[in-house]
Amino acid sequence: MLRIERATYDAIVDHARRDHPDEACGVVAGLVGSDRPTRHVPMLNAAMSPTFYEFDATDLLRLYQDMEARGEEPVVIYHSHTATQAYPSRTDIALAQEPGAHYVLVSTREGSNLGGPVEFRSYQIVDGEVTEEEVAVVASPEPAE
Amino acid sequence: MAIEVRVPTILRTHTGGAKVVSAEGATLRELMEDVEDTHAGVRDRIVDGAALRRFVNVYVNDEDVRFTGGLDTPLSDGDVVVILPAVAGG
Repeated sequence: MLRIERATYDAIVDHARRDHPDEACGVVAGLVGSDRPTRHVPMLNAAMSPTFYEFDATDLLRLYQDMEARGEEPVVIYHSHTATQAYPSRTDIALAQEPGAHYVLVSTREGSNLGGPVEFRSYQIVDGEVTEEEVAVVASPEPAE
Repeated sequence: MAIEVRVPTILRTHTGGAKVVSAEGATLRELMEDVEDTHAGVRDRIVDGAALRRFVNVYVNDEDVRFTGGLDTPLSDGDVVVILPAVAGG
């Protein structure tokens, strides 16, 4: 199950709406091993495409260096689909290379850039196997254990 | 001549869980051979035949090797090589 704060959830949806019809992408980092997505980092889609996304290579290095310095890992990796459902495409599955992450898909296909509905779904993608998981949107940060 | 190689999570199954391994080589290609000798399976995840895989990024001292000669990128003692899978999809 993915537990995510309302403010972070809203920020991801806003990002997807804003970049429609291109795909939006980013991560939510959290402390290593915590499974708590706490720091939203919207990324530039270097592909600037309605059918593909890729983090810019220089931005990617900076992102991972920042996370390393903060003791973080990518807890959530998200991107939007702007014409299809919020389910991982074959390309998404083939290229998923963070087996510990929650892969979030947001679909803006219903005109959600204009305020329409969005789909927000989360998956584990490990060795080509996709497993959907429940998304729990929580009001505020959970107390640390 | 020791070069520090930073290994992404997905390849740590090949390094016994190590985040950083030490290897040698005058070029990135030689370094990949040396890493492969001690950590079998790593090279094929990074190199496809004679070239770098499209969806793996390699940086030498923070420079993307696509702009410094790819697998021919020269290496020196003390260099830091970072391997990061692309974050990409469709």
